[in-house]
Amino acid sequence: MSATSIYEYANPAQFERVADRAFTLALIAALVLGAFGLYFALFNSPADYQQGETVRIMYVHVPAAWMAMFCYSAMAAASAAGFIWKHPLADVAAKETAPIGAGFTFLALVTGSLWGKPMWGAWWAWDARLTSVLILFFLYIGYMTLWRAIPDKTRAAKLAAILAIVGFVNVPIIKFSVDWWNSLHQPASIIRADGPTIHGSMLTPLFLMIGAYMAGYVAMLLASMKNELAARRLARMEQLETTKPAGLVER
Amino acid sequence: MTKKKRQRLFVFGGVFAAAALAVGLTLTALSGSITYFYTPSELAKLDATPDRPIRLGGLVAEGSVRYEQANTGDIAHFTVTDGGAEVAVSYAGVLPDLFRVGQGVVVQGRMTDANVMAADNVLAKHDESYMPKEVADALKEQGLWQHDEVGS
Repeated sequence: MSATSIYEYANPAQFERVADRAFTLALIAALVLGAFGLYFALFNSPADYQQGETVRIMYVHVPAAWMAMFCYSAMAAASAAGFIWKHPLADVAAKETAPIGAGFTFLALVTGSLWGKPMWGAWWAWDARLTSVLILFFLYIGYMTLWRAIPDKTRAAKLAAILAIVGFVNVPIIKFSVDWWNSLHQPASIIRADGPTIHGSMLTPLFLMIGAYMAGYVAMLLASMKNELAARRLARMEQLETTKPAGLVER
Repeated sequence: MTKKKRQRLFVFGGVFAAAALAVGLTLTALSGSITYFYTPSELAKLDATPDRPIRLGGLVAEGSVRYEQANTGDIAHFTVTDGGAEVAVSYAGVLPDLFRVGQGVVVQGRMTDANVMAADNVLAKHDESYMPKEVADALKEQGLWQHDEVGS
């Protein structure tokens, strides 16, 4: 295969130069957006006509739920790039997205539970939306476990990619679960045919928080990708170190 | 695209298509049990077995809420409607804060008779609209309010 421009960015050394700067930018964006977002969410947005002050849980819950699905989609896309085109960084991106996505999913489940008790009267319900998000959490855990269970990274990447794409079926199910079946969870408020059903004064903090979560994901992903690349380089060097004197040392 | 890459693309796409098909068929077959509650109209067609737990969802009908004093505590009586059919519910317990006329509720309980239900638990369902109280009041004042519509 010929060296085309896309492989320049896939070059880990090139990546690390870009990643350092991008990490700083993403971190600053996450902190600034998060500070403004929380200020609007907690102090400068109205209480809901129905839910009162409890509605403020939305500003941490909805972005977490969005990121849970976004991270899984990103993981599936990166897995595809790694599986089909053998993109050198794609597998690393997919692998490092999983724990972040699992974290967002956990946050969505916990904040949803804390919101459900005062509003619905139940911490948990086996409703289609809640159950499919719980399955998403288990898919992340399974994906991470698979990576750890197989020592050979090339094989692990291949099998994990298959799991990621099979599990991707769940993402549209989560999105449409509230439309396909009667559910306790309310239908979509933002991405819907007739426009958002959230008042503008509440959309400001919500979008700021979504931006903060997204920037936070980028920052965490870049940091852990750098970490993983360094760990792999270290492992390779140790391997070279031990194989070189193999003829002399009995192992 | 080389032959190898095309092959891998087909494997990857094939795995996804197979998984989507399998899950899609399963969900279609199970759609009756995935649904969290039945509306009163669905319940009427369903011919629910008495004494089996079931969930009913709908809006609390206008003027249907009354409380009965009993020595074990208050019993709430109300009607759940979806615009087509109605079910009378009785419930001895604490109602959620959001419970009121026109509010969506999910009632967990047993059918004691056709269209009569004894509830073990009442959950409140809120809709997808979020707005400040002043905006809600202004909309109601101008007659533009459309969130309490039966069946929505």
